Amino acid sequence: MAAIFQGVGAAAPLSSSPSNSFDSNKSVFSPPRSFSVVRSDGIVNLNPKGRSAQRLISNAVATKADSPAASSSSKPGHELLLFEALQEGLEEEMERDPRVCVMGEDVGHYGGSYKVTKGLAKRFGDLRVLDTPIAENSFTGMGIGAAMTGLRPVIEGMNMGFLLLAFNQISNNCGMLHYTSGGQFTIPVVIRGPGGVGRQLGAEHSQRLESYFQSIPGIQMVACSTPYNAKGLMKAAIRSENPVILFEHVLLYNLKERIPDEDYICNLEEAEMVRPGEHVTILTYSRMRYHVMQAAKTLVNKGYDPEVIDIRSLKPFDLHTIGNSVKKTHRVLIVEECMRTGGIGASLTAAITENFNDYLDAPIMCLSSQDVPTPYAGTLEEVTVVQPAQIVTAVEQLCQ
Amino acid sequence: MSTAFSAANFSTQSFPLNHTSTTTHDSPLVFAKPTSQFLRSTPKLRLSSFSKLNLSRRSGTVVAVSDVVKQKKSKSTPTLLITKEEGLELYEDMVLGRAFEDMCAQMYYRGKMFGFVHLYNGQEAVSTGFIKLLKQQDSVVSTYRDHVHALSKGVPARAVMSELFGKTTGCCRGQGGSMHMFSREHNLLGGFAFIGEGIPIATGAAFTSKYKREVLKEADCDHVTLAFFGDGTCNNGQFFECLNMASLWKLPIVFVVENNLWAIGMSHLRATSDPQIYKKGPAFGMPGIHVDGMDVLKVREVAKEAIGRARRGEGPTLVECETYRFRGHSLADPDELRDPAEKAHYAARDPITALKKYLTENNLASESELKAIDKKIDEVVEDAVEFADESPVPPRSQLLENVFADPKGFGIGSDGRYRCEDPKFTQGTAHV
Repeated sequence: MAAIFQGVGAAAPLSSSPSNSFDSNKSVFSPPRSFSVVRSDGIVNLNPKGRSAQRLISNAVATKADSPAASSSSKPGHELLLFEALQEGLEEEMERDPRVCVMGEDVGHYGGSYKVTKGLAKRFGDLRVLDTPIAENSFTGMGIGAAMTGLRPVIEGMNMGFLLLAFNQISNNCGMLHYTSGGQFTIPVVIRGPGGVGRQLGAEHSQRLESYFQSIPGIQMVACSTPYNAKGLMKAAIRSENPVILFEHVLLYNLKERIPDEDYICNLEEAEMVRPGEHVTILTYSRMRYHVMQAAKTLVNKGYDPEVIDIRSLKPFDLHTIGNSVKKTHRVLIVEECMRTGGIGASLTAAITENFNDYLDAPIMCLSSQDVPTPYAGTLEEVTVVQPAQIVTAVEQLCQ
Repeated sequence: MSTAFSAANFSTQSFPLNHTSTTTHDSPLVFAKPTSQFLRSTPKLRLSSFSKLNLSRRSGTVVAVSDVVKQKKSKSTPTLLITKEEGLELYEDMVLGRAFEDMCAQMYYRGKMFGFVHLYNGQEAVSTGFIKLLKQQDSVVSTYRDHVHALSKGVPARAVMSELFGKTTGCCRGQGGSMHMFSREHNLLGGFAFIGEGIPIATGAAFTSKYKREVLKEADCDHVTLAFFGDGTCNNGQFFECLNMASLWKLPIVFVVENNLWAIGMSHLRATSDPQIYKKGPAFGMPGIHVDGMDVLKVREVAKEAIGRARRGEGPTLVECETYRFRGHSLADPDELRDPAEKAHYAARDPITALKKYLTENNLASESELKAIDKKIDEVVEDAVEFADESPVPPRSQLLENVFADPKGFGIGSDGRYRCEDPKFTQGTAHV
């Protein structure tokens, strides 16, 4: 199903300085990295000190068309949609390393239910892009066994929710096997798929599995939100020796952005600074980033200066980026799509409280989805998920 | 012999399932009285809990291996199935398995190992019969009853015993324990605590073998994977899902069912609608074989064919080995449910005694040679215990080392450095 979300503007990053590319073979760890700064619109707010007079933007999330004068050929990089960015990242890694393979339902001939693997089977063959029967636990385990014996599978859950059936393999084998084997076997798998609340997909297709998987030791979890970081994270995840779960969102697949032509990766453990600010730190990830940025428009018009960070790495948290922000603004708002109970926000709240309590001027606020199975009715579904208006209210409350 | 296993044959031919009386098992390798279709052989013992089931009506189209092997026999002299070297190798491996497990029981009750320990006594013929046919690069996947699979595959007894004692010299550095034996060098892919969860792993290893041959163009890659699991697992979804996938893609794998009739206290007959597991193979398009798992030579003959099939790229096979564990499910199991008569019946079919008899009766080995092996194994096991005893326990610094292959996975700390760069990390005291 095509996600009709073309209105989101994740326009070209003003400074496309990709994160230091990380070579996992290096024994020396590269020092912390520069951020790639993505402005959500073409308007630059470089005045950090306070309120600048901004004209009122009515639809904060509408795409800002590239200024008519510029033609795409004069700009560096190429424009594509998020699912194409994922596909590009995957394809490049498959070219680079013949051990990278894909397995999942309908990834081959069908091209993937969200077209992320489109064309790959034709190019790489049916064994490298394997159409599996509907047996998540077993084919996930099969991917793990293949990883132990030398391959680098990318396992797709057609919907992340389906991976609940693979919980046995993900928890016991994917997460723990490296440890219980005393380090003898590595599991360089990438488990990826779309999750999150879509448009009236019903409760079971609207799950947020990041909260269920976060306790599993031995795995990393990342969530992509823009074409740029989607491709970067996909490539980094494939190159990583650790098992990585890459969370995509059903409604973000049609985001358009201009990304660099050259090879780049996004560091798996780093957060992304979306909008520097002074008054409040807003931590978010995946689709909620766009709700936050929409709220940010309103907030800016009201005179607030929010700092928005897309945490990207759901496990482990990038405490450096987050900490620096907290130390600057002293106020934290977490906006997530997980349920309130046991979600990523809950863990993040704990982590910030443990590490940066002294820097907080106010208790951390966490806006999450309601602890409700996502209803089918559109009006109800809208209310289970955090909306920009709530974010605005929360910031106003925090900044009192 | 190969004719009986070819896919075309097993679906069209109908072999009568033989039955036998219980008294013929003192010479199990005389093929005039072939192995029973096991459910018939001791009707009292097995059907007492399920009297309505009339198993005599069941007929399968799947071969009972004994018939196949029977065809090889000539009337005048018995054709020997093994050479002297092979015989001694098999004997030594089974005795190692038995002596090791007995020592484990001793050590457990002396407080040297803890937790759940599942011993393999009685089932040695399956491990030895199959694994001794493998090359080093072939893979074995087991369950929690994995000590003997590890030993058969070549993991040194010292490494296994140390692992059981929780010492750092164990094959998994003391981090796995009894139920998680792994060896990269010997391609032992575990050791799994949950039943069924190893079968997809085995399927993945077989997938890699096929991938190497067809995608990476390593034309001579013919590695085979063996997946061992029990009767209880055969009611689990992962079993069926993997039978399907293995057959679909003709993966080089053999599914070996060690049917010892009991899953802790649950009798196979009480848990399974159709207890004849080997019949489930053809449902997925692969041959299903039933073999007497107390007879190492019969197991070996079947294994040769099944492994050969896989190596030739003809696909998977399901082999059901009728076997029995002489001890309880684990060392914590009081083993009160099983009928003593059933236990006695199988104790009389001890695979080691049977092989010993075969070797001596066919003049392949003398009593003294076999005794020498017994003694040698005793020394190996004693040495393993000594080594394990003297080995150090894992230091605190080992705690965080193998959580991630790339320890950057612990993330970036508030000071901007990766957590694994924190000196406390190497000491095992870092907060992660």
